[in-house]
Amino acid sequence: MEQWKYFLDLLAQVHETFVLTLQGAGLPSSLIVFLDSLIGILLILAFVFPIVIIFIWLERRFIAWMQLRPGPNRCGPAGLLQPIADAIKTLFKELVMPEKGDKLVHWVAPMLVFFAALMMFAVIPIGRERYGALVDLNIGVLYIVAVGSIGVIGIFSAGWGSSNKYSLLGAMRAIAQLVSYEVPMVLAVIGVVLVAGSLSMVDIVDQQEFTPFILVQPLGCFIYFIGAIAELNRSPMDQIEAESELTTGYFTEYSGMKFATFFLGEYVSTLAVAVITVTLFLGGWRPWPLPDSIDWLVPTWIVFPAKVFLVFTFILWMRATLVRVRIDQIMAFSWKFLLPVALINIFVMALEVLAWQTWFAGWARFPWFFVFVNIPLAVVIVMVWSRLFFKLGGGRVGVRALWPRDSQGVARDPKASVPA
Amino acid sequence: MELEIESRDIETQPFMLNIGPSHPSTHGVFRMRTTLDGEVITELEPVFGYLHRGIEKLAEGRTYAQIIPFTDRLDYLASMTANHGYVMAVEKLAGIEVPERGEYLRVIMDEFMRISNHLMAVGFLTNELGAMMTPLLYMYREREKILDLFDMVCGQRLTYNYMRIGGVSHDIPPEFLPAAKKFIQEMPSFIEEYDELLMENEILLARTKGVGILPKDMAINAGVSGPMARASAVDWDLRRDDPYSIYDRFDFDVVTGTAGDIYDRYRVRIGEMWQSLRILDQAIEQLPEGTVCTKVPPLLRPPKGDAYAHIEAPKGELGYYLVSDGSIAPYRFRVRPPAQINLGVLRDMALGWKVGDLIVIFGSVDICMGEVDR
Repeated sequence: MEQWKYFLDLLAQVHETFVLTLQGAGLPSSLIVFLDSLIGILLILAFVFPIVIIFIWLERRFIAWMQLRPGPNRCGPAGLLQPIADAIKTLFKELVMPEKGDKLVHWVAPMLVFFAALMMFAVIPIGRERYGALVDLNIGVLYIVAVGSIGVIGIFSAGWGSSNKYSLLGAMRAIAQLVSYEVPMVLAVIGVVLVAGSLSMVDIVDQQEFTPFILVQPLGCFIYFIGAIAELNRSPMDQIEAESELTTGYFTEYSGMKFATFFLGEYVSTLAVAVITVTLFLGGWRPWPLPDSIDWLVPTWIVFPAKVFLVFTFILWMRATLVRVRIDQIMAFSWKFLLPVALINIFVMALEVLAWQTWFAGWARFPWFFVFVNIPLAVVIVMVWSRLFFKLGGGRVGVRALWPRDSQGVARDPKASVPA
Repeated sequence: MELEIESRDIETQPFMLNIGPSHPSTHGVFRMRTTLDGEVITELEPVFGYLHRGIEKLAEGRTYAQIIPFTDRLDYLASMTANHGYVMAVEKLAGIEVPERGEYLRVIMDEFMRISNHLMAVGFLTNELGAMMTPLLYMYREREKILDLFDMVCGQRLTYNYMRIGGVSHDIPPEFLPAAKKFIQEMPSFIEEYDELLMENEILLARTKGVGILPKDMAINAGVSGPMARASAVDWDLRRDDPYSIYDRFDFDVVTGTAGDIYDRYRVRIGEMWQSLRILDQAIEQLPEGTVCTKVPPLLRPPKGDAYAHIEAPKGELGYYLVSDGSIAPYRFRVRPPAQINLGVLRDMALGWKVGDLIVIFGSVDICMGEVDR
């Protein structure tokens, strides 16, 4: 029984045993924290990189499958070794530095993006209870939001340091877009924090024993996911890269390993977003709908990655399907749609938490029957607000349509000459 | 330290951005010198000529038959129609009759070419909208089938050199007609599939509706032709208004738009695919027996004079002007390239829109640099 439990929740158990052994040896607590972190960092790297490699492979194969083409299938079985081959190729490429670029900023940028993405994994519980995460930080959510926004600086410095106009335009877009989407994203997370009553990621997963938060607040999940897609600058919100417009935006001037670091950073942050979405909204390692008493039967190290891959596949699906939104439309969508809806979401959640504390104070977990209120409510809010959004001209706000000018330079309304 | 900055102290400069000549969405090597105010385009200057090969001049040193391969290299996404226009000009110059079967085969190839070209045009348009290749690759699927058909008749997949002075080079093989009929039967379901996936996509509508409007009078004044003019409500199609070859025998509609925006251009192209299928259906039904090419001396010496022939190429009115001095080579060879003339209104369409829109507006013109720069 004990051995099985050990096996089914491998990472957390190993972590716990490790820490308890150190404590048993009578080491000072600071040294324990240091050793724990060191091993944890190595473990995170060992955990993240294989998954990222599989992600890169999966993205190519999956999108190829959606686009009626075979995708990479020469290196290794079903092309599985293709990412490794690509890594070796980029390692041997020349690192080109633009002559007039800002050297320091140019070099630091990819590392910033990469490490900002990597740091997020420290507080993610991938196993049971306290030892499932590397650190059970009591401000875990705040930490993730804070660390996540370091990447923006990396992207902006890449755009600035490259001394390239495409990069600069990409960086300009990056600042506008990423800062705008951070706001509704964080507001969506506040809904989760309200219900969980804690900023700790471990507690948040704990609260999702009976109802994953995607059911409790579908609206929050929707906002968070869209915001996260925009933060990742993935299609349809890939304005920052915008291959057909800005070649590749902020990393136009990057080559070789510098480019690969950006590339890896992008995938690591995609993984991070998938992992955070799973933790905040899909119940983390918990095999929903099994209750606490029997869910130890399902290995956490299968449940958690399975959910992560599900979210990642969804991101890929969006990428393969949708066309890109224009920059002003993206901004309008953030400020005129996501932000008000996120505020409504917080309001509704706060009311429900109040009701929970006053009338259902005996419940240890969030009362599940609110789900039947929240799901229809989310649908109604989204539908009503999208009507309102389009009535306000949401999709086309901010376009300054200078009418075409004739040879005398006189602007004309093009619609005037077109028959109805 | 005190920092006093007032907005009038900050000097702002217009932002010059060279889009192209090497850029993912300039369809080859086209350069747009743009001046931006933030993201908004305030000035645009198109720069042509990076793919100039001097085809018009080179043609003056070739015999009339040797020029046909050159025309393949003009609009390499629609070589059949490029061939067709040229051989029509020569036939007009030398007074050569084309056998009926030859005319029918030309029309069949033209319409297949039109479908293939419009597939490419719509596919690349969505690609420039940022659709990560998906619609384009769906459209490649059908284009491949058309290329297979062309492969059957002339052994080539891109530069066909199929039409000859006085007809076409080969008669069709026996397996061509069943394959073509199968394609015509299957194609409607594929066009419906594209419509299902694209037509009412909210993002696509937001990106294309009302963007890059070309007013009707400007389209006429600038000499814009083809689907682009028809999207601006110019009811002009050479197949109907100046019926060349045997187009007067077929029953088809001219598709026109109303708003002249990108969305209408996309809809007109989809509509023209339907009409092409109609024409193909009738042409294959009526296809007569007989020879496909009249005997023409290899070193053709047309009488002195000039001739202009124009056809409705997928991209617009493709015209060829030939001047003969009675020798085996033309004295002057001149192409009226539809794509280049359609591109002339790019600045007027793009001013005031954003960089992202400019790329899409440019894509909606449907150009091929081989034809623009010649």
